[in-house]
Amino acid sequence: MTTNAKPKFAMYWAASCGGCEIAVLNIHEKILDVDANFEVVFWPVAMDAKYKDVQAMPDKSILLTLFNGGIRNNEHEEIAHLMRRKSQILVAFGSCACEGCIPGLANFSQTEQIFEAAYQSVSTDNPDNILPQYHYTMPEGDIHIPEFYPVLKTLDQVVPVDYYMPGCPPESHQIAAVIDLVIKVLNGEASLPPPGSVIGAGDSTVCDDCKRERDVKTIKKFIRIQDLDNLDPVICLLEQGVPCNGPATRQGCGALCPTAGAQCIGCYGPAEGVIDYGARLMTAFASVIDSNDPEEINRILDGIPDPAGQFYRFNLAGSLLRTGRVAWKSNGSA
Amino acid sequence: MSDNQAFEPVIIGFTCNWCSYRAADLAGTARMKYPPNVRLIRLMCSGRLDPTFVIKALSGGADGVMITGCHPGECHYIEQNYKALRRFLLLRRTLAQFGIEPERIKLVWASAAEGVRLTEEIKKMVEEIRHLGPLNWPKWSNGRPDHTVILQEEVKV
Repeated sequence: MTTNAKPKFAMYWAASCGGCEIAVLNIHEKILDVDANFEVVFWPVAMDAKYKDVQAMPDKSILLTLFNGGIRNNEHEEIAHLMRRKSQILVAFGSCACEGCIPGLANFSQTEQIFEAAYQSVSTDNPDNILPQYHYTMPEGDIHIPEFYPVLKTLDQVVPVDYYMPGCPPESHQIAAVIDLVIKVLNGEASLPPPGSVIGAGDSTVCDDCKRERDVKTIKKFIRIQDLDNLDPVICLLEQGVPCNGPATRQGCGALCPTAGAQCIGCYGPAEGVIDYGARLMTAFASVIDSNDPEEINRILDGIPDPAGQFYRFNLAGSLLRTGRVAWKSNGSA
Repeated sequence: MSDNQAFEPVIIGFTCNWCSYRAADLAGTARMKYPPNVRLIRLMCSGRLDPTFVIKALSGGADGVMITGCHPGECHYIEQNYKALRRFLLLRRTLAQFGIEPERIKLVWASAAEGVRLTEEIKKMVEEIRHLGPLNWPKWSNGRPDHTVILQEEVKV
């Protein structure tokens, strides 16, 4: 390989599930184009590399870094700064890096509650009740693990980000299109979008891509889709009382879920111009309720038992409030 | 939270051009007294109230938000105040999960003639929030919350 001639590519994962890496590999033979056009210098999931190798690289020597995952501990934050320094183009890749995603929902809990769920609840077989210690002194010397932050942050809350690529995970055809674009830019056949843009997605909402028909119907109750016996294949889900997040969610997936008969859960994040994703959804949901009586409205709203989870499932860390009060109160601040 | 008697709550009040804003106007011209803790913002209708406004106010330092509009059935735009009502009920539930007490968000109907009613509601809300204490939502917008760990420049491996 004529390694030095090719521009360098890196991918890092912070607080994430690994689905973004799968989505990248899911571009099939296009991955060969990545290899043909880039030298992969750092990608912890796919190849062996050490942080010190990255530190040794000259600043701005990596052309493109896809950073997925939210900032959950100080290791993530340090690597975010490192990748920012070494990269010309830093992309917040996937919902976690863009807006916190599912790991960001932990911002509704205190650190102690998170640890209890992880190490002391039924989710873990931990008979000796062993909890992680940040620092531990061994005969051979001190060892440490990264320090857990009380609040999960998005990538752009820690370092400046050039582009955002939303999705949980980003759709593979969108990734392939972005890679095609970058290769065209390298060959001088195209130019990059303005910094700060959202790439690999549209500007409008999932509803715009959804083939279901809207009829300005209003509803008397919200119902979970699995409790609905007679789902209409044509009518808008929200107008059937199913809490569908399409009205606030950015288009990019091609309305996969509503087309398949499941409600949009909002993984592509807020559409262009939406300041607070949950607030936009509250507006949309309130508009379909067919009642002007406070008591009846409250009864209808009981059909959404977890509104914060419904409206901020992917977007909590990236929302205006960012966390529940317990998360920042538990740290002794404010 | 009664440790701070000197605490002066900041309340953002959203008023409707056709009723509650005029009620506030009436209160002013009639020299009715009410606490200066409320900052009024005029909207054309309570139906214009995007929940984003409320969330932005709370995240930006407000201790409470008062939403005001025409009495049910009296909306200048026929029924937009009912929309405000539904949004308000949904918003209050959602914010409760964030740990924001329901008392911090209030919906008040006040017609253009009800200057007294509006001033009474404002007085009541200021005292309720004074009792709750400051909300003090962290100022994320200026970069990072104050509890962020200061970073080392280089990763030590």
